[in-house]
Amino acid sequence: MNHSNAVQAHMHRDDYGAKIGMWLFLFTELILFGGLFIVYAVYRFTYGDGFSLASKELDTLVGMINTIVLLTSSLTMAMSITAIQQGRRRLSIGLVGATNALALVFMVNKYFEWTAKFHHGLFPGGKELLERTNGEILYFGLYYVMTGLHAIHVLIGMVIMTFMMVYLKTGHVNKDSFVKLENSGLYWHLVDLIWIFLFPLFYLIH
Amino acid sequence: MSNHALASQSARTDFMRAAGSRKGILSWILSTDHKRIGILYMIAMGIFFAVGVLFGLLIRLELIAPGKTIMEAQTYNSVFTLHGIIMIFLFIIPGLPAVFGNFFLPILIGARDVSFPRLNLLSWWLFVAGGLMAIVSVFLPGGPADTGWTFYIPYSVRTSTNVIPALLAAFTLGFSSILTGINFVTTVHRLRAPGMTWFRMPLFIWSLYATGWVQVLATPIVGITLLLVVVERALGVGIFDPALGGDPILYQHLFWIYSHPAVYIMILPAMGLISEVIPVFARRTIFGYSFIAFSSIAIALLGSLVWAHHMFTVGMSDTAQWIFSLLTFLVSIPSAIKVFNWVSTLYKGSIELEPPMLFALAFIFQFSIGGFTGLMQGALALNMHLHDTSFIVAHFHYVMFGGTGFGIFAAMHYWFPKMFGKMYNKARANVSFILIFIGFNVLYFPLFIAGYMGMPRRYYDYLPEFQSLHFISTIGSWILVLGLIMMVANLLMGLRNGSRASSNPWGGTTLEWTIQSPPTVENFETIPVVATGPYDYSRYERGEHA
Amino acid sequence: MDHGTKNHAHVIGYGTYILVWLGLLSFTGITVAVAGMDLQFYNIAIALIIATVKAIMVMTIFMHLKFEDRVFRIFATVAILTLLIFLVLTFFDYSFAR
Repeated sequence: MNHSNAVQAHMHRDDYGAKIGMWLFLFTELILFGGLFIVYAVYRFTYGDGFSLASKELDTLVGMINTIVLLTSSLTMAMSITAIQQGRRRLSIGLVGATNALALVFMVNKYFEWTAKFHHGLFPGGKELLERTNGEILYFGLYYVMTGLHAIHVLIGMVIMTFMMVYLKTGHVNKDSFVKLENSGLYWHLVDLIWIFLFPLFYLIH
Repeated sequence: MSNHALASQSARTDFMRAAGSRKGILSWILSTDHKRIGILYMIAMGIFFAVGVLFGLLIRLELIAPGKTIMEAQTYNSVFTLHGIIMIFLFIIPGLPAVFGNFFLPILIGARDVSFPRLNLLSWWLFVAGGLMAIVSVFLPGGPADTGWTFYIPYSVRTSTNVIPALLAAFTLGFSSILTGINFVTTVHRLRAPGMTWFRMPLFIWSLYATGWVQVLATPIVGITLLLVVVERALGVGIFDPALGGDPILYQHLFWIYSHPAVYIMILPAMGLISEVIPVFARRTIFGYSFIAFSSIAIALLGSLVWAHHMFTVGMSDTAQWIFSLLTFLVSIPSAIKVFNWVSTLYKGSIELEPPMLFALAFIFQFSIGGFTGLMQGALALNMHLHDTSFIVAHFHYVMFGGTGFGIFAAMHYWFPKMFGKMYNKARANVSFILIFIGFNVLYFPLFIAGYMGMPRRYYDYLPEFQSLHFISTIGSWILVLGLIMMVANLLMGLRNGSRASSNPWGGTTLEWTIQSPPTVENFETIPVVATGPYDYSRYERGEHA
Repeated sequence: MDHGTKNHAHVIGYGTYILVWLGLLSFTGITVAVAGMDLQFYNIAIALIIATVKAIMVMTIFMHLKFEDRVFRIFATVAILTLLIFLVLTFFDYSFAR
């Protein structure tokens, strides 16, 4: 960069622009899940009884534990940004690591939850499920699609967090340049946001 | 970016010849230069467009006479499906934004590149991957999809053809479109040159900005909807399957929540382009700049609220019927504002009928026909009569091809000298324009009449009374294709041995005409400081011809 | 208009985050407790209101919307409104007699 042009120097690294881009991407994620929420709303409206009957099959306690796990992971994620802003690299790595560990706990919980349902034949096309009413079939269909898509996002988040830990370690993300970590945080909080709505809509409609 | 250092050493080397760190084809398909990516899109789209035209030609040939003419009914279903998928997802949606938006958006706002150059390259790769998936789906066992480009449930779940690859192709292309939208919105917010305020931006940029928002906010809906169809087919979840309680009409809602805004993704950039071309060739400051700018935003907004007018006959609630009909009437207002302003700009201008202007004027004519017939269908009573007839086919071809298609051709002729530094043969360009214009109208106007008389769309066979109209229409398709071949050949010849074009052959006043043709890698040696609005023709209006 | 330099202005203390987290946990507890009661229609209404409050807390503090420029808040509002409009317009079909 041999132009000493202020404009160009400013444009060389545009953290603000990167955040705008990230937010726009988050909106696409929001609308992606939004489509599913519209489907949920329509069928909940049409088959209210079937939905509340089916939701009794879910274990509120497991859902609540997973909610707490995700909320806590959001906390550690947010704190890791403060840590790197203060130049406390080790603390920041530790906090991102904690986020990752909590994400793993969430996935393990999810795994046991789904496996239990599968054992009872409550999966799309499962014999047990097909004998039930349409409302219950749709409830479980949406349950698997929506929590499944959410779980995929958690997995992607874990990959991103691993990258962030490496970047923090190598100093690629540091006290003066941490927009990547900020954007990863934004993504992770969105995953949390989606769950904040999934939890009451699937677990708490008795 | 190793290109930076090299380009500033030899500032006159244009982006086509600039030596990067890579050689040969890799210096193109791995380039993050927005201009090279624009040209990559142009090449890919040109190929897909040729295939789409070929399928269209085959449809018309089959319909020249009742009964079987050249293909079986099943083949015919696949051909119109592929024609739709290719033309919609691979040509018109990426058309202006991906080719000319990529090439000219940074230049028109005085920037060196888009905000996220690598994301830009990724979106091209996704585009190519999606296109290849669509093509591969044709040859896989099971046969090409035969659902129409709308993938309506329940048929798209029941048919044994390769619907899943086609759906995944559309999903990938949607992702590519989203990335372009994110890039453009961010670029417009962040990289405007000093002095380039919002109301000094060229109107093409306003339309790309509005389009970017629609791409970001509407595309994910169709993404999830298509994924749900994949899940439905693969696992039988029941979300849209009536046998399990699902509602096929909900699929239509979700599909059109995206796909109606998508038609504004297609038309808005073309409207912006027309707003660039008209003032240049009328030598007039654009009439009602801010009205055109805001109407782009209004179209993006209102256009997102009218989707269910595609569903007036499926049995929605009466309330939904009249609300969506009302909203449909409202969305015509901002479009009409644009047309009024273009026509007012022409009034008392010194009009030069160069090839880009001819295409732009044809745009106004054909878009008006397409728009008015759209209003007719927005009226509930008439819609019952016209739904799923060839009237609809004529309507959307008038808007999409007569509008956006002609907009793309106008852009090609308008910016060709800037992109390649050469000038095509204008006489041949004019002749090809006349052929395309006549061919287009002969092809599609009869379909209005046939549709009004009751000719259903997508039918393989028809009653004998429609034959004369279909015959005329097919003749039109031949004239059209002849014109298209001539236009493309003329441009390719111009590329090979056209005369050297000056940096401002049309007398334009926007920023791209202030730099050399073809532009350098960096576009601008120093970032310009903007002091006036984009279309300053006051010296012509005072009578001082340059 | 130039925001390029003030990106690093806000360092949010750990205490703020922990307070928000405690708030989020309490709301989770409340929403589970309320779900146990039989309030008919109000069950879903309360659950959604609490979820919305939690979402706003996450967005304003964890996602820094409170500390960012106005343009981010406008963007977020536009996106959320778009989704709500899609939902409402769809229900013009479903909530009236077909």
